[in-house]
Amino acid sequence: MENGFPSTRNDSFPAGLRVLVVDDDPTWLKILEKMLKKCSYEVTTCGLARDALNLLRERKDGYDIVISDVNMPDMDGFKLLEHVGLEMDLPVIMMSVDGETSRVMKGVQHGACDYLLKPIRMKELRNIWQHVFRKKIHEIRDIEGHESFEGIQISRNGSDLSDDGHMFCGEDMTSIKKRKDFDNKYDEKDLGDHSSSKKHRVVWSVDLHQKFVKAVNQIGFDKVGPKKILDLMNVPWLTRENVASHLQKYRLYLSRLQKESDLKASFGGIKHPDMHLKDPAGSFGLQSSINTNQNDVANEHMPDTKKTLNADNPDPQETSSHMSFDHSFATLGSEVNYEAFDCHIWNEAPKIELKREHKPLLQLEDGFSQLPPCAPEHHVKTDKLHPVPSVTSGLSLTARDGNRVSHVSPKKCAIESFPIQSKGHMVVNHQSYEPVSTAISSMKPQGFNLSCLTDFDYCQRNLKASDSTLAPFNETACLLQGDFHNKYFGLPNIEFTDCNDPSFIAEIPVHWYDTLTSDYECPLDPTEYSIFDQGLFIA
Amino acid sequence: MDRNRLARQVALQKQSLFDQGYIDQQFIQVEELQDVSSPNFVEEIVTSYYQDTSRLIVNIEQALERRPLDFDQLDRYIYQLNGRSTSFGARKVIAEGALFREYCEAENAEGCKTTFQQLKTEYATLKRKLEAYFQLARQARLAETASRPM
Repeated sequence: MENGFPSTRNDSFPAGLRVLVVDDDPTWLKILEKMLKKCSYEVTTCGLARDALNLLRERKDGYDIVISDVNMPDMDGFKLLEHVGLEMDLPVIMMSVDGETSRVMKGVQHGACDYLLKPIRMKELRNIWQHVFRKKIHEIRDIEGHESFEGIQISRNGSDLSDDGHMFCGEDMTSIKKRKDFDNKYDEKDLGDHSSSKKHRVVWSVDLHQKFVKAVNQIGFDKVGPKKILDLMNVPWLTRENVASHLQKYRLYLSRLQKESDLKASFGGIKHPDMHLKDPAGSFGLQSSINTNQNDVANEHMPDTKKTLNADNPDPQETSSHMSFDHSFATLGSEVNYEAFDCHIWNEAPKIELKREHKPLLQLEDGFSQLPPCAPEHHVKTDKLHPVPSVTSGLSLTARDGNRVSHVSPKKCAIESFPIQSKGHMVVNHQSYEPVSTAISSMKPQGFNLSCLTDFDYCQRNLKASDSTLAPFNETACLLQGDFHNKYFGLPNIEFTDCNDPSFIAEIPVHWYDTLTSDYECPLDPTEYSIFDQGLFIA
Repeated sequence: MDRNRLARQVALQKQSLFDQGYIDQQFIQVEELQDVSSPNFVEEIVTSYYQDTSRLIVNIEQALERRPLDFDQLDRYIYQLNGRSTSFGARKVIAEGALFREYCEAENAEGCKTTFQQLKTEYATLKRKLEAYFQLARQARLAETASRPM
C-alpha cells in the first residue's frame, strides 16, 4: 500500500488492519488473536521471531503493524524490533510481563512505538491503529510539506517577522487547510493525487540494506550523504529520500549500539519529568553552549552542550536546552548566529551530511524573524517527528503525560536510537535526546500551551534527530526565552506567557521531510507543525 | 429452572474463585471473548496453558536439583511461566511466581525451593478448581441451549 491503506480498508479503517503478532507463548497468541479479531483486524500469528521476519520479508507491505513479545526464544525481541524498523519500517509494539522502566526504555530506544504490559486488555489493542495512522500521516506530511514548502515559505517570509514574534503565526492558512484536508482524506485515496511526489514505501530487504551499508562504508561514514549513497548503490528505483530516511535510521541504530552502554551508565531512571524545569533562565544559556559545543557534538552522544537546562540528567539534556548538535550542527552553528538564540535549540543531531552542505541559513535577527527555510538538508520525515527523541521533549512529555510508557521520553539522553517510527528524526548522533516520541501526542491535550510546546518540542526533537533542520528551529528557539524553555520542556503546564511569543512556538514547524529536491529543506512549516501536532495526537 | 439454577451456580462459583484470589479480572476479559464460534474459549485457554507450562514446571524442577543452582536460568524459566500465567489471571500462581523471582534475584536457594513447592501446589489446585468450574459452565450452557425456544 503506498498511499495509505488498501481500498478494502479505506472505508472502514481501522477495520481490516493487518496485524502480525509474534509471541512464543501459545496461550497469549490465542488470546491476542481473538482480541484483535474482535477489533476487526486481520491477524497473523507467529511463534518465532525468525518466522515473523520471514513472513514480513516475503509479503512486503503485507502487514500494517507488528506486535511482539520482548522475550522470544530464538531472537531477542528488541533485535526483531530493530530489524523490522530498518527493513520494513513498520510500527512495532512490544509486549512484556515486565514493566520495568529500563526495559520499556530499551523498547522505546529500539524503536517501539508502544510498550504493552501483560496482561493486555482489549481496549489497549483497539487503539493500535493510531500508530499506523500516525506513521502514514507523517509520511504524507513529509511529502506534502515538501511540496507546499515553497508556498509556505513565501508566505512566511512575506509575513512579517512580526516583532510580536508571531512570525509563524501569520502563516499561510491555506496551507494549513490544505494539510487538514489532506489528512481528512487520507484514507480516501486522495493520496493518490500525491503519488507522484509521494514516496512509496520501500522495503529494505537484506540485499538492499547490504548494498546500502557497502556504499556507506565506501564513502566513509563521515562523509556520507543520501545522494552519494544512492549513486553508489545504483538501484534505479530507489529515491534519494528513501536513502536519506534509511540513513537516518541506520545512524540511529549505530549510534545506539555505541551509546547503549553510555546511556545506561548515565541514565538511572528514565523519567525526569521536571528536568527541564530546573533552570529557567539558564536553559537558554544554550546558545553559548551550543556554539561551543557544536563542534564537539559531532558524534558525541550527548554533548553537554547545554546542560544548562535543567538537565538533571547527566546526559545532555539537550533536549531542551540545547541541542546536542552534532558537530554537523556545529558547522551550522557557525553559520547561524547562535548567539541570538535564547533558547537552546533542540538537540539536534544534525545529519552529517547536512552539516557540511548546508548552512543553516538561520538568519537570526533580532526578532528571529524567520527561519530560513532551507535548513540543511535534512531528511525529515514527518513520521519521524513522532519519536522526537531528544531530550527536550522528553521531559515535557513525561511531565505531561504519564500514561503511556511508550510515550514517555525519559530523560535519557542517549536516545539516539530512537527510531520510533520515525525515520528521519532520530538522528542518532543526538544522544541527548530523550525518546520523546510521543511527547507530542501526550502533550497534546492541553491546548495551546501544550501545543506550542509540543510543536516546539517536537521541532526540537526533530531537529535533533534529523539532520539539522535546526536552522529553522534555532530561530524559533531563539525566540523563546529561557523560561519558555523551562516551561516548555519540563513543566507539565507550561505556559507560554513567558515565552516571547507562545504563538510563535506553536507555529514552529518542525517539519522534517526528506530532501526531495532542494538541498535545503526547510524545517517544518510552522503551520504544518501545528496541524501536525493535532494530527499526531490521535488517541 | 434448571437453566437458571445452573447459571446461578456458575456465577457463584466464579465469584468464589475470585474472592479466594484464584483468578482475577483477566479471567473475565478472556471470558468476554467467548462467542458463538468459541463458546468455551476460556477453557481452551486454560487447557492450552496447562499443556504448555507442564514442560516448564518440569524444567524448573530439574533446574532446582542442580548444584549449584543456576539462578539466571531459573529466572528465565519463571519469567516465562509468569507471562503465561497472566493470560487468564492465575493470580495465586502469579504471586508465587513473583516471589520465586525475588528469591532468584537474591540467589536464595532455599527460598526458591520452598516457593516453588508452593507454586506447584497453587498451580495444581487452580487446575482442579477450574476444571470443576468449566464442567459446570458447560452444563449450564447446554441447559441454556436446550431450553431455548426453537
